[in-house]
Amino acid sequence: MAETGNGMFPLVMCNVGFAAGDRAILRDVNLTLEAGRRTVVLGPNGAGKSVTLRLLHGLLWPTTGEITWGGKTAQPTAQAMVFQRPVLLRRSALANIEYALDLAGVPRAERTDRATAALARVGLPHVAQRAARVLSGGEQQRVALARAWALAPRILFLDEPTASLDPAASREVERIVADIAASGTRIVMITHHLGQARRLADDIVFMHDGRITEHTPADVFFRQAQSREADDFLKGELP
Amino acid sequence: MSTLSEAFSTSFALMGGLDAKLLGIVGLSLKVSLTAVLFGSLIGLPLGAAVAVGRFAGQAPVTVLLNAFIGLPAVVVGLLVYLLLSRAGPLGQFGLLFTPTAMVIAQTALITPLIAAFTRQIVADAWREYHEQLQSLGAGTLRATFTLLHDTRFSLVTVVLAAFGRAIAEVGAVMIVGGNIDGVTRVMTTTIALETSKGDLPLALALGLILVGIVVVVNASAHLTRQWAQRHYG
Repeated sequence: MAETGNGMFPLVMCNVGFAAGDRAILRDVNLTLEAGRRTVVLGPNGAGKSVTLRLLHGLLWPTTGEITWGGKTAQPTAQAMVFQRPVLLRRSALANIEYALDLAGVPRAERTDRATAALARVGLPHVAQRAARVLSGGEQQRVALARAWALAPRILFLDEPTASLDPAASREVERIVADIAASGTRIVMITHHLGQARRLADDIVFMHDGRITEHTPADVFFRQAQSREADDFLKGELP
Repeated sequence: MSTLSEAFSTSFALMGGLDAKLLGIVGLSLKVSLTAVLFGSLIGLPLGAAVAVGRFAGQAPVTVLLNAFIGLPAVVVGLLVYLLLSRAGPLGQFGLLFTPTAMVIAQTALITPLIAAFTRQIVADAWREYHEQLQSLGAGTLRATFTLLHDTRFSLVTVVLAAFGRAIAEVGAVMIVGGNIDGVTRVMTTTIALETSKGDLPLALALGLILVGIVVVVNASAHLTRQWAQRHYG
């Protein structure tokens, strides 16, 4: 990576608003994310979770307010994102990861080794030479995770990475996310799966209607949510 | 009816005997149209992709124009290229009119908008799917454009083959700028037009059959390429 990521944290959203045309999607969002934790973002559809993740990752720009990394507004490069539907190129699984490493400025000589190692870490060394887009949905998502991991990001954003996967593939993705976190990468993940949130989260950010209603340690959140919206959400989800 | 069957048997004899005149005409047709497809692709593929990925003022009108020019009448293209290349025209000094080069220029002008328009559509669809991921990985506009061209390569093969089909089958443009000069600028379509009006149906029919055969082979290759790619690359 061009930057090692030192001094990236805390990642702070300060009074961030985002509007698409006339429609306000986020209003006055304030959030501080420290290094080395696993944060899960929960909330109903349309709460602004995906937009928040994209703002943090730099795919979108805030309409108002600002986002700072370790006090600076520059977007560090030591970050990656995994989307709900893995987007892989029409080339081999290995070549997909090498492509990402190339864009990240990794010298050609190192790419194959790093990509091979990344595929091994997600348990897919045998698909290296297979065309990425004919793999199963679960395998494709794991290749996408390997691609993100190969970049050695300091922070990894995941937008419902298991939403279109079956339970076995979801568990595998969960295991990989936990491994990535254990390797020192900060995790920020959106999920609708509360069991997954319980297993993975150190802390929970709950969003409702374009606002963050609470940012609470996971054990506290699941014992007693601090905001009424989150409480209603959990009661609705857990009959 | 007897004329038709007679024409068929004579045309098969011509094809079977590898008639030199026939081969010369077919060869020139292929040379002109393949060269036009080469230049049309070199211009049309990057142009279409750039219009799809780039963000610039006038994107919508450019898209509309490209789409409109898909159906550009060959005779009109021929006429415009004729005016450019004629002695009094801006490029008259090069003396290109009534040469195979003029025919290549005309066919290139004819098919470049077609290649660009379909490339734009295909790349724009891929871009909708890929743009967040490519942006996330840090691909700039130029890099993204070439990545998309590479990733949609099998669909683009179909576009290029369709353009070749259009080029080799058109008669209006090559007739006007080539002049249908025997042994110099006479290609399959212009020969068919000429021999039919002269009443020499066997040669016209033989060329017609070869032309149809080429177009069928080209379309079959396009189909097989896509099927193979779908199986191997998804």
